[in-house]
Amino acid sequence: MDDQEISRRFFLIQSGIGSAWLLSHWTEVLAAQEHAHRAAQSAAPVRFEFFTPEQAAEVEAIAAQIIPTTDTPGAREAHVIYFMDRALATFAVEERAAFVKGLKELPSQVKKRFKTKKRFSELGSGEKIQLLKAIESSPFFELLRTMTIIGMFANSEYGGNYDLVGWKLIGFEDQFLFKPPFGFYDRDYQTEQEKAEQEKAEQEKGGAA
Amino acid sequence: MGNPQTKFDATTEIDFALVGTGAAGGIIAKELSAAGFRVLALEQGPYLKEQDFEHDELKYIRQWAVFNNYKRQPNTFRSAEKEKAKLQPAFIYGRMVGGGSVIYSANHWRFHEIDFIERSRLGAIAGTGFADWPITYAELEPYYTKVEWELGVSGLAGSSPFDPPRSKPYPLPPLPIKSSGVLAERGARKLGWHAFPAPMAILSERYQGRSACFHCGFCQYFGCEARAKSSTLTTVIRDAEKTGRCEIRPNSCVRKIEIDKAGRVTGVIYFDESGREVFQKAKAVVLCANGAETPRLLLLSKSNLFPKGLANSSGKVGKYLMFNGAAIARALFEHPLNEFKSVVVSRVIHDFYDSDPRRGFYGGGGIDTRFVSYPISYALQGLPPDAPRWGAEYKRLLKENYTHTLGALSHTTSLPLETNNISLDPDVKDAWRLPAARVTYKDHPDDIRTMKFLLERSKELLEAAGARKVWERPVSEQTFGFHLLGTCRMGNDPKDSVVNKYHRAHDVPNLFICDGSSLVTSGRGQPTCTIQALAYRAADHIIRMAKSGEIKPAL
Repeated sequence: MDDQEISRRFFLIQSGIGSAWLLSHWTEVLAAQEHAHRAAQSAAPVRFEFFTPEQAAEVEAIAAQIIPTTDTPGAREAHVIYFMDRALATFAVEERAAFVKGLKELPSQVKKRFKTKKRFSELGSGEKIQLLKAIESSPFFELLRTMTIIGMFANSEYGGNYDLVGWKLIGFEDQFLFKPPFGFYDRDYQTEQEKAEQEKAEQEKGGAA
Repeated sequence: MGNPQTKFDATTEIDFALVGTGAAGGIIAKELSAAGFRVLALEQGPYLKEQDFEHDELKYIRQWAVFNNYKRQPNTFRSAEKEKAKLQPAFIYGRMVGGGSVIYSANHWRFHEIDFIERSRLGAIAGTGFADWPITYAELEPYYTKVEWELGVSGLAGSSPFDPPRSKPYPLPPLPIKSSGVLAERGARKLGWHAFPAPMAILSERYQGRSACFHCGFCQYFGCEARAKSSTLTTVIRDAEKTGRCEIRPNSCVRKIEIDKAGRVTGVIYFDESGREVFQKAKAVVLCANGAETPRLLLLSKSNLFPKGLANSSGKVGKYLMFNGAAIARALFEHPLNEFKSVVVSRVIHDFYDSDPRRGFYGGGGIDTRFVSYPISYALQGLPPDAPRWGAEYKRLLKENYTHTLGALSHTTSLPLETNNISLDPDVKDAWRLPAARVTYKDHPDDIRTMKFLLERSKELLEAAGARKVWERPVSEQTFGFHLLGTCRMGNDPKDSVVNKYHRAHDVPNLFICDGSSLVTSGRGQPTCTIQALAYRAADHIIRMAKSGEIKPAL
């Protein structure tokens, strides 16, 4: 079909690893969007459709380590937890089992390392990082990382990227229209070109004289 | 818009049934219907219009909204024929009216003269199907010009010292330069190379009633809601419908091309939107379903007369698959580039286009500077390999790097190998219970060498442009194709090719095949312009043959 562009390998890596669950659900996405629109319009407090409040607290605590709140908003402020809940209630239904399994195993991971505690969200900040480092190569962590990132940076209609905090963080804007100059290096391009041509012309004149 | 809604009855014998409405199919639909023929174009994907296109990375890129859907259309992959193929996405194509032309980057350079005659210039390469084309650049030149003027391509004639001769300038001036383009020029100047304005099938000015580009940045993998990208959807397909003789029938998945006892095509069998099987009678069939689906459909169309698959007496249907190579280097710059704005590419370098025997291997390529990273993709995979993958430092780097990152992408040659091919998988079936496409692919060692060579040039370019840090994605064997080329190659010898120089199947007089599958060699990436030029040329010859009485028009 079209161009190889980004590099086919790059694309495959992006699309394949860690987000296999996202492949081929596009028919369900419209439903998910409608769902999100409905939720956005609703005056009622947001209720979780998939997570229990306890599960939500655990998942949100992990997401808040993946993209922490620093001097700028992180996954928590982006409402990544609502994105995940809606995703698991709609187009990511197939990933529910992996989520439930991972969450079920989490307390024993916590207990193994920090005897007196059993919930991830109870841990201190250093302890949280320590635990996630221990499990960062697991499929469960990869799934959480992928969903946190998507929740942070997808269109806000999906429930995350609240107030566009994800896009503001990296400097991305979705506008219908941009005008040149687009960046620093093309700002003075025109005048530089003109200057170069002028210099060339003067040189030639000098050479002729 | 008041397009006439032409509707053909399944029992009407139309003149031409087209399979596929992409880069080639759209053009042929327009040309044949404008010449007075009744054309039914069957498209497996949906008929989306400009108002349907959204800026939504999750849906379009990560959920493949407008591509072949692996859940319903699985394929398998193996790197050698002795292996058992595994279920694994191996190619992607635009699955919608307009096909890949709707969602590609719109890079639109012509092939060079050398691409058509490389075999006789360089000699044979053992173990490959390296061959000259049955046509030359000069024969295709008027059709390249036609593509540029009919669809609308922006560029600057004469700006590249390596450009092939052209009979007319581009109809539109180049799009505004981006920071990536300025840096390409800067690096190239230092190295003694030549960065020239990228030929793009995107309007830099208003043209034929269509708007100029607004630089929103959602080009690649997205449809253009402004109609500035010159897809076949927004140009020739509209014109085809306006003739009143062309029906575009979406959501129609063709499963077989039918023939009579004499071996002539009688029509096609397809599944309609509801999954019902329909036979559509036609005087002739034009197959433009892309380099994966075209050979697959021929292989699915077995019969007593054609036990190896329709039009496959040569055994070459599906063979010589070429993906083109790619190599990517990335770099960080001191100041913001904001590459997420505007079109994908504004400058291209062709200094390494030609093969050079002094390098010790066959191959060449083009380099451009670009940064196609929408936010999700970037946050998942865009940081340098030594960066952390989560946590405060990860977040800091996302923040600092996103607007400052640039890539240099090389597009390179793939040698035609018979062992690289599309066949039918013996086990896996798609949602219509048809055998899935099985891809067998392994880059020729020269293809790998070419990618590595161009990768080094790309890094040099970024360094010469003043990058603060340069890294690469290591070159490895390709297992995935965006370009699906060569699988029904054209040629003069019926024993070694599937179609003749007029895109007529050697074996079947009223079957024509024109798309990426027709290519004899791979070019250096960016095949769309050439596929479209071939389509205009094929249409001319099909019309000529039909009017001379071999395929009688209805009018």
